[in-house]
Amino acid sequence: MVLLKIKFTQQRRVHLAQGLWLLSWTAVIWGAIIFCLGVYLKMELLRRDEVMDNTEIHVVPNILIIVGLASIGTNWVASCVCQDSLDATRFPRWKVLLLGWFPVAAVLCCLLISVVVLSFALQGRLEESLKVGLRNGIRFYKDTDVPGRCYQKETIDRLQMEFRCCGNNNFKDWFEVQWVSSRYLNFTSKDVKDRIRSNVDGRYLLDGVPFSCCNPSSPRPCLRYTLTDNNAHFNYEYQSEELNLYSRGCRQALTDYYMELMNSTGPGVLSVILIQMSVILGMRYLQTAVEGIMALEDPEGESDGFLLEKGVKETMEDLKVKALIMLQFRLVDPIATEGSSEDADLEKAEKEASPTPAS
Amino acid sequence: MAFLKLTFSKNKRDKLAQVLWILNWVSVVTGILLFSMGLFLKVEINKRVELMAERDIQYVPNMLIAVGLIACAINFLGGKICYDCVDTTKFLRWKLILLPYIMCTFFFTFCVLVGALMCYSMHGELEESLNLGLTEAIRFYKDTDTPGRCFLKRTVDLLQIEFKCCGNNGYKDWFQIQWISNRYLDMSKKDVLDRLRSNVRGKYLMDGVPFSCCNINSPRPCIQQQISNNSAHFNYEHQTEELNLWMKGCRQALLEYYTHIVQSIGLTVLITWLFELSVLTGVRYLQTSLENGLRQGDLNSESDGWLLENGLMETARINLNIMKNIGKCNQIDTANNGDPNIDVPSSSIAH
Repeated sequence: MVLLKIKFTQQRRVHLAQGLWLLSWTAVIWGAIIFCLGVYLKMELLRRDEVMDNTEIHVVPNILIIVGLASIGTNWVASCVCQDSLDATRFPRWKVLLLGWFPVAAVLCCLLISVVVLSFALQGRLEESLKVGLRNGIRFYKDTDVPGRCYQKETIDRLQMEFRCCGNNNFKDWFEVQWVSSRYLNFTSKDVKDRIRSNVDGRYLLDGVPFSCCNPSSPRPCLRYTLTDNNAHFNYEYQSEELNLYSRGCRQALTDYYMELMNSTGPGVLSVILIQMSVILGMRYLQTAVEGIMALEDPEGESDGFLLEKGVKETMEDLKVKALIMLQFRLVDPIATEGSSEDADLEKAEKEASPTPAS
Repeated sequence: MAFLKLTFSKNKRDKLAQVLWILNWVSVVTGILLFSMGLFLKVEINKRVELMAERDIQYVPNMLIAVGLIACAINFLGGKICYDCVDTTKFLRWKLILLPYIMCTFFFTFCVLVGALMCYSMHGELEESLNLGLTEAIRFYKDTDTPGRCFLKRTVDLLQIEFKCCGNNGYKDWFQIQWISNRYLDMSKKDVLDRLRSNVRGKYLMDGVPFSCCNINSPRPCIQQQISNNSAHFNYEHQTEELNLWMKGCRQALLEYYTHIVQSIGLTVLITWLFELSVLTGVRYLQTSLENGLRQGDLNSESDGWLLENGLMETARINLNIMKNIGKCNQIDTANNGDPNIDVPSSSIAH
């Protein structure tokens, strides 16, 4: 029992081939767009590479790039098949290729669905990676004389100004870290000595932040030292002051930015999935219709197009049997080639010996 | 004796018409390019209009926009005319319009040249405008509670961060004005009162700069206060310290930015002018050769084309005479005893 059979006249076949050709070229363009989206996302992730601890999130743009390229190739092949499908002399050479085309296209659809799932699932990993990366960045802020870390200060300053954020979770992260290098500290001064003695690790901690945390929208010139002391500044209340510094943490800012970027690629990816699936369905109908016509040897006549020759269950069983035969063939063959030939002889003898059913 | 005469066969004329048709369409594209460049310049100037004093710099982008639109229209018409010139019957339709069209286009190319020259002459006006505008902006930095000026602080901060500059000429401009509002000064403190009394106008002046002057590339956390006091900071010498703050003045930074834009636009406009002039020359040759063909009575044969019917000096003299006589037809002819109503017979030697 055939699955979803449709009758195709000559006219309908021509229309199907033309429509499918247009659709596959649309899919090629969409594949190119997906490729560009993947490249853009990868570049944005690489730009902030220094504040990320691992590269797990890069799997999303990598898949997008691979799928984009593969989709361009696959759909270009589909358009070539459509062009040749109405010509009985040129179609046969695509027969073998089509056998491989369907699995490849199906794998592409699965990869696209996995990209959508991954971009949601990896949000937690991204946050973790940013947390560790930013913590290191803030810790090594002062090490502008250590090779390998000398641009950490510039990176963090630029990041805080561009994303309008301060610190990892908020500006208080700067209170727990020594961000003024010892090279610029006067160790003979009493204030410095007190501060260094006030904590176990002997670090110069202060309740101040770097200038890049300052908010330009504040009506007041930026206050960035002795932030917790209300008396140090006139008309200042530390608890209610909101506009002086950036209140958002950089981890939150960066996560929001990347999630927004990945979510905006969502609709594009979904439409590519839809287009690809319609190309697969159309190609299957075209293939079966054209093969039916070639079997009938009447190019103007009607033929049937279907999705599966037998029902779903029967097709699955057929495939299972075929796969088992292939597997068994591989396993049995080197061990008992003689045994199988003996069995074959036995079968032959049985067939000759068994009397033909007399009518 | 014609000026720069060339002979055109029918084939050559047709080819010239076709080439001119394509070139006219290319000119339409360059007209659109001029228009968009004028628009871009206008947007860029308007983005920082708060930092510029009132000066006549809006003329340049407005001129470019107008020139771009007119170029599109003129070259669109020119393309249509050249397309029709291949066909004799269609050419007769355009015969009367062709000469006025050429004269209009000739004056228009002057406008394009003027536009290009205006781009290059904008420099002086722009500098003055920026100088005054930035001085005012820095002076009103503290007035975040005055309506109309409350966003000036944000604008100046963002400008200094984006263009990597500090103050008008340098960071010392901030030492001469009060950039901290009185609302945030504790008038009961001795230190504050001393500073206020230390100058004639009672302003709170300090050798400090806003945070937006801080240089990102400095290896040291930014020193914004007591900049000229070497002993206030450890291992610090303000005369040799270069990386702490941005050294460039914002006027120079903005001037460089706008000069760069305007010079590239000016170059493009000059190239467009040369292109328009060459298209105009081609159209003039086409017009004269077609008209000469008509005069000969046979448009399919060879005909001459030229730029000017007589030589340069001749044409100049003829035009000058025409202009003189335009003035004369309104004047009373005083040669014959003054009164034009009396019919004075000409004194011919009769009998």
